[in-house]
Amino acid sequence: MLEFLARRLLVALLVCATVLTFAFALTRLGGDLAISIAGPNATAADIEQVRVAYGLDRPLPLQFLEWVGRAATGDFGQSYFFKEKVSKLIFDRLPITFALGLVGLSIALAVALPLGIVSALREGSWTDRAISIVALLGQAMPSFWLGLVLMITLGLHLGWLPISGTGSWEHFVMPGIVLAFSAIPALLRLTRSGMIDALASDYIRTARAKGLSRRSIVLKHAARNAAMPVVSIAAVQLGFMLGGSIVIETVFALHGVGFLAWESISKNDFPTVQAVVLLLACIYTLLTLGADLLNAVLDPRLRAS
Amino acid sequence: MSRLLEVEALEVSFGAASAVRGASLALDRGETLCLVGESGCGKSVTALAVMGLLARNASRGAARLSFDGQDLRGLDERGMSRLRGNRMAMIFQEPMTSLNPAYTVGSQMAEVMLRHRGGTRAAAMARAEDLLGRVRITSPAMRLGQYPHQLSGGLRQRVMIAMALMCDPELLIADEPTTALDVTVQAQILRLLLDLQKDLGLAMLLITHDLGVVARVAHRVAVMYAGEVVETAAAADLFARPTHPYTRGLLACVPVPGKVARGAALGSIAGVVPRLGPGFSGCGFRDRCGEATAACGGTIARASAGEGHDYLCRLPPGWRAGAGAAP
Ligand SMILES: Nc1ncnc2c1ncn2[C@@H]1O[C@H](COP(=O)(O)OP(=O)(O)O)[C@@H](O)[C@H]1O
Ligand code: SF4
Ligand SMILES: [Mg+2]
Repeated sequence: MLEFLARRLLVALLVCATVLTFAFALTRLGGDLAISIAGPNATAADIEQVRVAYGLDRPLPLQFLEWVGRAATGDFGQSYFFKEKVSKLIFDRLPITFALGLVGLSIALAVALPLGIVSALREGSWTDRAISIVALLGQAMPSFWLGLVLMITLGLHLGWLPISGTGSWEHFVMPGIVLAFSAIPALLRLTRSGMIDALASDYIRTARAKGLSRRSIVLKHAARNAAMPVVSIAAVQLGFMLGGSIVIETVFALHGVGFLAWESISKNDFPTVQAVVLLLACIYTLLTLGADLLNAVLDPRLRAS
Repeated sequence: MSRLLEVEALEVSFGAASAVRGASLALDRGETLCLVGESGCGKSVTALAVMGLLARNASRGAARLSFDGQDLRGLDERGMSRLRGNRMAMIFQEPMTSLNPAYTVGSQMAEVMLRHRGGTRAAAMARAEDLLGRVRITSPAMRLGQYPHQLSGGLRQRVMIAMALMCDPELLIADEPTTALDVTVQAQILRLLLDLQKDLGLAMLLITHDLGVVARVAHRVAVMYAGEVVETAAAADLFARPTHPYTRGLLACVPVPGKVARGAALGSIAGVVPRLGPGFSGCGFRDRCGEATAACGGTIARASAGEGHDYLCRLPPGWRAGAGAAP
């Protein structure tokens, strides 16, 4: 178990280090930063001044090490555009993005798990086929379009939910639904196939031979074994949601990290962009690590190896 | 003794293929009936049909299917689940995969008791520990907390046996319980089943293709071929006077009747078990039978070769190869 933990942790750290390097390289490859920061009307002297002020005149490896050193302590420097500490910018907005991701994932799970289980129990039936088709349609819908449709119907016509902003939990419902839609097909398919495999297994035949109730057979014996791949993919999907919140947060004017990313990219605010990319990647890695740990809890065989 | 299990004219088909074609069995309390036959002849399907555990694509019919006088044909899934694990239990050929990998031995055993008898979890665990001891597993208390992957195949099969006994069933169906195990372990598990059957007065339906096992444990034997029970008799009688050509074929390699080398495979008969459609008539064995004539394509009546000994063949009891080939 400890070895398993250590191995997963090492992998997670390596991934973070790789992303760190990429995040740095990304902003430096896009041309001379001093020119973009100084703006279109700057003179050569202005640009030179910016270069020195931001430490851009020093050798790249040195800049990188310095940035890593500060990033490790949570200091991502000063935002060029917002004139605030990047760390504060991000941590102010992080709760909104997390709330959105969790709402999205909860909705996705609440829809995908029962439907996946029903599909598996009725494999090959009309119910099963209808569920697959609906899931496919959901996947084919672009999220900004779905967002607009929801805004118009639920927001404008019916007036059930607020259209934009972050004032209350109701603000998270519509964007949550939109995010969930993208995650439902994968979760549903995996739940269905996992349940079909589990239900056909010898230990389910044993469970039936023991005279257990249908509820216990499906929810205790089959679902527990079908859950492992679903947990992994759910973590990945939550990662996608946090990253994909750029579009949704913009559409619904939720001032989360995604919105911040969009703003800072359009304003060429590279310390913020770097930090957001790094953060999202680290969260993603942490989520996968969390999923691995949860799987180890679910599967005693993993714990042992 | 009253009949515990009665199966008459059992039919099971999967779509257009018949797996069981009119098989009949009867089992008394405290009796061991061995069901023998080549692979694919419908032994497992027969057992699963009795337990109500057939796959969804199977259809089952029978002239009679009763357990302790209760007609199982009219029972729904709920009704069957009250009997299964409680009054009738089953263990399988695949000990490695028959336990749920996600739960401990103790919790999987305890839930049988909790389901059928209620009571506290502690009491169910105590019962489980007791039974693990009975199936000769060392340090049973420690095993309760172990997961299946921590146990060998032989141990897992012992756990399956112990789990089947949680509610003191009257009938135990064991479908080739030793086939997947090492030879030395096979002997131990068989010994265990034999002892448990005697001690607990279990009625046991033991499916096997090992004639050595049959000779050691069976009170009665039913020989199955292509979905039919082609001969049934008391074990000693069957070994002494096998009558159906298929039974004789199976026993052909046996030097002294009743003294079969353990682990001896079924006698080799050329050909394989055919898969017969529902419209098939006549003797199912005729394309492999050395005695087959045109008459074997007609309806074959069940014949008697003595008290409790009947067979499904047109030949008279005590026929000799080549001599009784008429009419
Ligand atoms: N779930 C199933 N679907 C289709 N055919 C099956 C199924 N289970 C068993 N059969 C068929 O039924 C026949 C009898 O199988 P089985 O009872 O398992 O034989 P055995 O005597 O070896 O236990 C075989 O021809 C097998 O292919
Ligand atoms: S009925 Fe005919 S084919 Fe069938 S076993 Fe008897 S002799 Fe052979
Ligand atoms: Mg079988």
